[in-house]
Amino acid sequence: MYDVVVIGAGVVGCAIARQLSKYKIRVAVLEAKVDVAMGASRANSAIVHAGYDCKPGTNMARVNVAGNAMYDEWCRDLCVPLKRVGSLVAAFSEEEMEQVKKLRDYGEKNGVPGLAILTREEALDKQPGLSPEVVGALWAPTGAITCPYEMTIACAENAHDNGVEFYFDFLAEKITTLRDAVEVESDKNVLFRSRYVVNAAGVHADEISRLMGDDSFTISGRKGEYILLDREASGFVQRVVFQAPGPLGKGVLVSPTVDGNAFIGPTAVDDSGKEDTSVTQAGVDALKRAGVRSMPQVPANRPITAFAGIRAIPSTGDFILGQSKANPRLIQAAGICSPGLSSAPAIAVETVESLRRAGLNLVERGDFNPVRKKEKPFRAMTQEERAAAVEKDPRYGRVICRCETVTEAEIAAAIERTLGKATLDGVKRRTRAGMGRCQGGFCAPRVMELIEKYGGIPMEKITKNGGASKMIVGRTRQEEK
Amino acid sequence: MDRKVDVAVIGGGPAGLAAALKAHEAGARQVLVMERDSYPGGILQQCIHNGFGLHYFGEELTGPEYAQRFVDQVEHTDGIEVMLDTMVLSVSPDRVVTAVGKAGLITVQAGAVVLAMGCRERTRGALGIAGTRPAGVYTAGCAQRLVNMEGMMPGRRVVVLGSGDIGLIMARRMVWEGAKVEMVCELMPYSSGLNRNIVQCLEDNGIPLYFNTTVVEIHGQERVEGVTVAEVDPATRAPKMETARFVPCDTLLLSVGLIPENELTKGTGADMDPVTSGAVVDAARQTTAEGIFACGNVLHVHDLVDNVSREAAIAGENAAKYALGKLNKAETVRVMAQGGVRYVVPQRLVKGEGKAELYFRVGAAFKPARLTISCAERVLVSKKKLVMTPGEMEKAEIDLSQVDGDVTVRVEEG
Ligand SMILES: Cc1cc2nc3c(=O)[nH]c(=O)nc-3n(C[C@H](O)[C@H](O)[C@H](O)COP(=O)(O)OP(=O)(O)OC[C@H]3O[C@@H](n4cnc5c(N)ncnc54)[C@H](O)[C@@H]3O)c2cc1C
Ligand SMILES: Cc1cc2nc3c(=O)[nH]c(=O)nc-3n(C[C@H](O)[C@H](O)[C@H](O)COP(=O)(O)OP(=O)(O)OC[C@H]3O[C@@H](n4cnc5c(N)ncnc54)[C@H](O)[C@@H]3O)c2cc1C
Repeated sequence: MYDVVVIGAGVVGCAIARQLSKYKIRVAVLEAKVDVAMGASRANSAIVHAGYDCKPGTNMARVNVAGNAMYDEWCRDLCVPLKRVGSLVAAFSEEEMEQVKKLRDYGEKNGVPGLAILTREEALDKQPGLSPEVVGALWAPTGAITCPYEMTIACAENAHDNGVEFYFDFLAEKITTLRDAVEVESDKNVLFRSRYVVNAAGVHADEISRLMGDDSFTISGRKGEYILLDREASGFVQRVVFQAPGPLGKGVLVSPTVDGNAFIGPTAVDDSGKEDTSVTQAGVDALKRAGVRSMPQVPANRPITAFAGIRAIPSTGDFILGQSKANPRLIQAAGICSPGLSSAPAIAVETVESLRRAGLNLVERGDFNPVRKKEKPFRAMTQEERAAAVEKDPRYGRVICRCETVTEAEIAAAIERTLGKATLDGVKRRTRAGMGRCQGGFCAPRVMELIEKYGGIPMEKITKNGGASKMIVGRTRQEEK
Repeated sequence: MDRKVDVAVIGGGPAGLAAALKAHEAGARQVLVMERDSYPGGILQQCIHNGFGLHYFGEELTGPEYAQRFVDQVEHTDGIEVMLDTMVLSVSPDRVVTAVGKAGLITVQAGAVVLAMGCRERTRGALGIAGTRPAGVYTAGCAQRLVNMEGMMPGRRVVVLGSGDIGLIMARRMVWEGAKVEMVCELMPYSSGLNRNIVQCLEDNGIPLYFNTTVVEIHGQERVEGVTVAEVDPATRAPKMETARFVPCDTLLLSVGLIPENELTKGTGADMDPVTSGAVVDAARQTTAEGIFACGNVLHVHDLVDNVSREAAIAGENAAKYALGKLNKAETVRVMAQGGVRYVVPQRLVKGEGKAELYFRVGAAFKPARLTISCAERVLVSKKKLVMTPGEMEKAEIDLSQVDGDVTVRVEEG
């Protein structure tokens, strides 16, 4: 019998799991995919929003501003990159300037610190290369960039270190609410019994909710496409650059990533379904136009990849948080569209409080360790550190990914740390092997060898990202003989 | 500084090995080759097909056989050391090479450096093909490594995008391994591959090749389930969506171009040629960073390894001369591509005695082609050729005593 099962191992589910791991309770995270961060948490804008675009008084506004303020501590403890680069919302007309002023007013009501309306010159000073068509901008110094999958992975590893159990390949399909417990059953008939269920199932959270008798909301998918630019061409942008928002969200932005690339995105394709993360030519073309509008010099012709994520848009227009009215054993963290990444730490804290109010006895454990360590990447080491690293572990001397300079030691550590099953994309997200310019052209076969060596998964069974995404289909004729 | 050498060679592929041998022959006493892989030979080790060495050795060898000739010679040469499993991380403008290997971090002060890092393949991301991102999309070279060196089949039903040599050779290899190759699509109205490969790899195996055709979308959530191919407008290269059709397959192989691997080169401060994506060099294959030379696929993409070996010998010989203080600094003139010529290597020449070979490629097919090389008003070379295509590297020799200013290389129809 578990005290809490969390359904969904995205950033929200994993942040909640970490927060729960501070207490003397038994917690399991159940995830349908082979790894954490396989949903919206792996493909988004990676912005820790300041909190000015949420309507005052909403759940979104509250947890966004609170979450933003918690990021420094969480990232420090969890060894996750965070850069407070600040964000600009650029206005291209006087009407848009009115929009931007409205955002400032929202922000001030929401308690966002440091907001300022900038003139054109001040805006250009903050971000050289901004379009000369800009008439002014909103400046938010607390806007930051982070790495969303690293955040998810780190929360999960830290929760796991503190005793939370993780189960993968577990698609919750049937949920039975008993008098004093809930039974969650997977498509493979594995059964978990728990006193409470936390619903953090991303785009599928409405389905989980319905399985537990709460049909007070629905969720629709809204796809967002991105193009990621070559690092060599990415020096042109230092801040997060938004355009004044449109009806479908915050609009297309141009931003640096914590790894030194830049991206343009996202598009907003309403009612796109919950699974389709394909990128369309129309989307890419629209992104290029929008990017050029913000920053005319944007090197839109230097992409290294394109990708898409799906926002979980709630029918209620706000995050659905707290105990369900229909089922007291269900605690919701549902409809977590943007700014869900920014809000995750605050959602985690509020969810724990909701569980307490629902009757869960929460006693802090004395030995909670908030720190999750990650060795410094070889690529970021000084010469002396590199020499010392190879001295200690010769596998640091074997560079596997030559574009991003990732060594065998780092890949081995990533495979060994993986809570689910090691996959090519999983290794990539943890180490950057295959994320560079050649996109795995050189290192994919070598990473596969290491997954076999350290993860014990035979070559034929290695996948790109779980399911049927096998990398190879068998041996060659030569080999079969 | 851990050690000093006369000539440091970065990369142990055919270019690096040939450069090392020639540098030693030209008098360099200590030559050090650094190779990141566990074996020398470079990309040739995975090219197990025939067709190497026809020009250089006058016989047909496989890639590994061709490489082995150089490996054997290097092994029998006392003054050349090959460090394997050693990845060079940086080369400074004053020729300090920093590398990492099992033994740790190494720094080497070199009298001269030869850059021979080869190239990498262009990817799906660089092309921006729309659709999903499933498993089963490989660059042709990556698939070649899996099949030829690891004995793994990347798929059973294949579409190849791009008719570069690696794509053509892999199309045939996949058929030989029992896969079905549905088609090879080529965006351009001509192939960038060698004609002999089109005949031997495609025609002999009944694989259709469609020109002016591209892949516009990839389908399949987890593994590739098919691709949408469409014809393109020959003038604008924009896909004509009314011609789009779905082709079921489980694998898409990309053979859409090679890009010289020049991260290290940029660190030396050498001038780069935006067309070749390699360094700007003179006839000695010296870059604008003094004492730093470049050859092979890192300088410009070659289709024949024979040309690589020849170019590497030039770089190796001059690197040795430089290290021994025998290569004097001289003023150079520019060599410029004009008309149908896309690029010329070398991009600089030193005025003086002797002859220089110019290597160049055209940007479109010319049937017939007229080549004119001139210096100011003086015509140095005027030649007609039945056909010139972007897939084949062309060569011409000029007399340096005739050169007293910038040289232009021009190809026209006629
Ligand atoms: C295009 C885009 C841009 C965004 N930009 C930003 C931004 O810049 N800043 C910001 O703060 N936020 C942003 N967001 C929002 C942010 O990404 C999400 O709010 C956040 O990732 C949601 O996390 P999650 O854990 O709720 O969902 P997810 O990461 O989707 O995780 C849900 C998990 O639940 C699992 N699951 C679902 N059903 C079941 C089941 N039946 N059984 C078991 N497991 C199940 C899924 O497999 C998945 O792993 C953006 C989102 C998108 C799509
Ligand atoms: C698939 C394919 C098929 C071909 N088919 C033919 C054919 O049929 N006939 C023909 O004549 N030619 C063919 N060629 C062309 C010929 O093989 C190449 O032109 C030749 O291999 C290029 O030699 P190179 O030494 O410049 O590069 P490579 O062979 O690529 O060698 C470069 C070496 O440098 C190493 N290196 C790179 N960076 C570093 C670093 N930082 N530190 C240390 N080492 C480094 C690499 O590991 C590699 O070993 C083919 C090429 C390919 C790719």
